[in-house]
Amino acid sequence: MAKIVVEVMLKPEILDPQGNAVASALPRLGFSVAKSVRQGKRFEIEVEGEPTASQIAQVEKAAEVLLSNPVIETYVVRVEK
Amino acid sequence: MRVGVITFPGTLDDRDAARAVNRSGAQAVLLWHGDTDLKKVDAVILPGGFSYGDYLRAGAISRFSPVMNSVIEAAGEGMPVLGICNGFQVLCESHLLPGALTRNSDLHFLCRDQEIEITNNMTPWTTTFSLKERIVIPLKNGEGSFQCDDKTLAQLEDEGRVVARYVGENPNGSRNLIAGISNERGNVVGLMPHPEHAIDPLTGPTAQGLGFFTSILNSMVK
Repeated sequence: MAKIVVEVMLKPEILDPQGNAVASALPRLGFSVAKSVRQGKRFEIEVEGEPTASQIAQVEKAAEVLLSNPVIETYVVRVEK
Repeated sequence: MRVGVITFPGTLDDRDAARAVNRSGAQAVLLWHGDTDLKKVDAVILPGGFSYGDYLRAGAISRFSPVMNSVIEAAGEGMPVLGICNGFQVLCESHLLPGALTRNSDLHFLCRDQEIEITNNMTPWTTTFSLKERIVIPLKNGEGSFQCDDKTLAQLEDEGRVVARYVGENPNGSRNLIAGISNERGNVVGLMPHPEHAIDPLTGPTAQGLGFFTSILNSMVK
């Protein structure tokens, strides 16, 4: 079953204290890889069969109106098999 | 003078807000999130709490509740609306106020008595305060950091729409120490700290929060 996925991230200029907390926890556990961390949200919206253009358009609209707050966040919508 | 107090699922401070309204001399009218009827109130308060469990984002789900359609319509016609804490978050999500409230910069839930300065005493919710009057009322929130883009911030400052500012160290990372703002018309005010918890020295740090409730009574009676 295909999924329409919406990923929501805080805009780069908005402070992300959760991401910062994760970034400072990583080296304490020996993971020295991260220069910085940003934390976001992922929504998986299941549809019957292949998503149609109109279904994707509906999710785009929902992402703009409900799933994200355009004042502080950006979103991307894509289809995953 | 009838002041509506809305209860959403997860609202905490509706009883205190209603008590503060009654203490000021106005009549509190309890409103339910699922109703569209505002019961002929003259003003509305959106109290604090965790409406809809803060799911998705604080205030994001409440914004679409039936009562909010009526509040948005009434606010457009000039009805005074005060959103406290979670109510402030709902007003931002409803686009009645600009900006957004995000996680406190230090990630801690704050609960303390906070000094704030009244920086606009022309709104119907702040008329009984003098300009730059400093009051102490409780501040309790996890997501109280006021954020907006530079253009919006400049607009809020230029138009005198910052209603209250934190005094001293920034408690939550809010831009320009903003504790409360108003819409362009001034009838809609959002406030992060809690005046309804400071109406009686027996139960609050001061009785200075009462000024918000006597203000609305005075503005409406005039």
